[in-house]
Amino acid sequence: MNMSTVAIDLADVKKSFGDKVIVNELSFSVARGECFGLLGPNGAGKSTIARMLLGMISPDAGKITVLNEPVPSRARVARVRIGVVPQFDNLELEFTVRENLLVFGRYFGMSARKIEAVAPSLLEFARLESKADVRVSELSGGMKRRLTLARALINDPHLLVMDEPTTGLDPHARHLIWERLRVLLARGKTILLTTHFMEEAERLCDRLCVLEGGRKIAEGKPDGLIDEHIGCNVVEIYGGDPHQLCELIRPHARHIEVSGETLFCYAPYPEQVRVMLRGRAGLRILERPPNLEDVFLRLTGREMEK
Amino acid sequence: MGESYAAVMPANAYNWIAVWRRNFLAWKKVALASILGNLADPLTNLFGLGFGLGLIVGRVEGTSYIAFLAAGMVATSAMTSATFETMYAAFARMDAKRTWEAILSTQLTLGDIVLGELVWAASKSVLAGTAIWIVATTLGYASWPSILYAMPAIALTGLVFASMAMVVISLAPSYDYFVFYQTLVLTPMVFLCGAVFPTSQLPGSFQHFAGLLPLAHSVDLIRPAMLERGADSAALHVGALCVYAVLPFFASTALLRRRLLR
Repeated sequence: MNMSTVAIDLADVKKSFGDKVIVNELSFSVARGECFGLLGPNGAGKSTIARMLLGMISPDAGKITVLNEPVPSRARVARVRIGVVPQFDNLELEFTVRENLLVFGRYFGMSARKIEAVAPSLLEFARLESKADVRVSELSGGMKRRLTLARALINDPHLLVMDEPTTGLDPHARHLIWERLRVLLARGKTILLTTHFMEEAERLCDRLCVLEGGRKIAEGKPDGLIDEHIGCNVVEIYGGDPHQLCELIRPHARHIEVSGETLFCYAPYPEQVRVMLRGRAGLRILERPPNLEDVFLRLTGREMEK
Repeated sequence: MGESYAAVMPANAYNWIAVWRRNFLAWKKVALASILGNLADPLTNLFGLGFGLGLIVGRVEGTSYIAFLAAGMVATSAMTSATFETMYAAFARMDAKRTWEAILSTQLTLGDIVLGELVWAASKSVLAGTAIWIVATTLGYASWPSILYAMPAIALTGLVFASMAMVVISLAPSYDYFVFYQTLVLTPMVFLCGAVFPTSQLPGSFQHFAGLLPLAHSVDLIRPAMLERGADSAALHVGALCVYAVLPFFASTALLRRRLLR
């Protein structure tokens, strides 16, 4: 890829804390205008990678380039064109919504006049017009996240780095954030987001990288990964002895995973599986299209924690 | 390694102002309570010790005890207000409130933040020290023009103790450890540095040791100013205080880099 079209490039990046390896030989590239997801369970190294992109953690080995600047040595220069939504809100709780934008804009060297000029459109974008003079401590969780998003846009960044942007939000608030992020993508912003929500990754990401234990275990488009690793419908079976059922349906399954009490049967012809299970009491059977959760389960043999 | 330390130092001469203004905005919301809180303790000491003990002590170094003590209280209040602002408020912004984390995602460096916090803490020292000075001067224990010399000395004192407290917060795992710095460093300094009684009362070896402590240099600048006496070796005191302000600044920034930016 031509460097001017690359927003983020990681090459063989390693990071350990003590003797615990957090990021292991990780490489990936994010093109400008792309929404790229880092998907993985807690402890996969997602937040460490996000912080490394900002120069807040230095890699032990490897090379990181963000917006054509080497990181961490010139991370400060790169950050001028980056907006950050951190995993945990770090808004100024005693300040009003408007004051939060003012204070944060000053960190980018913006004048009060400049900040006042852009604040209305940011508040409108975040659907917080009516809350401009409300103290942040009085806002709901969803509003705080939207303010964090508005704050991240104050310097009109090319790239947004978002660490679990919707964790802890209710479904309504989450959908509103997703809708706002799609608007940003339509405006040509590049987004790197970390998430452990498969649905979030499927809905938003053009491409994603599946991480486990600091290693990349898959990379590609969400549909492509699902086709490549699963490629057929899934029958979920609850409420029987999984191992006994496993033997029963094995002839009709391309692959079977057992996780806890649930049996995931990947079957090109699900009706044949149903026939085998007919007449068995106490079973609940759910047939559905495959998703990224199945990809993760297939690749790691375990479910991603929620 | 050198390059990565250079990357956390202040990026330019003015980035820190945004941090100072953030703290000023937060302070404005609670200004009255903050001022009263900062004044109560040193004024209690000044009047309690000054009038009470002053009756017994009589005159000290050719002046009333309360006039002698007033300069000590100005220096001490500058010391404590900068220390407490840094140890408690700045530590909260670094730790629980995640304010520094938010700032570190902008174009500011860690050094910009540390510098902004230090100047802010020094500003609070100026406020606290000047307030005591105003009370003392109103009561006739100092002259009004003496503020011209006292104020820069107060500001420098604030910078010194903010800078030293920054080293403490860069090392302390939690609030619980601050008490050691207060009881083992600050409180002895008040008694060793001539804030409440002349250092000439100390045993000889203590006098030499005390002469090296930063609060002694502050007192030796502020007291002559308030009592309208020429300060002996003012340049030496200013130089020593500058060293006490600058070295901990670099040390704390390097230590905070290890703590926050691994």
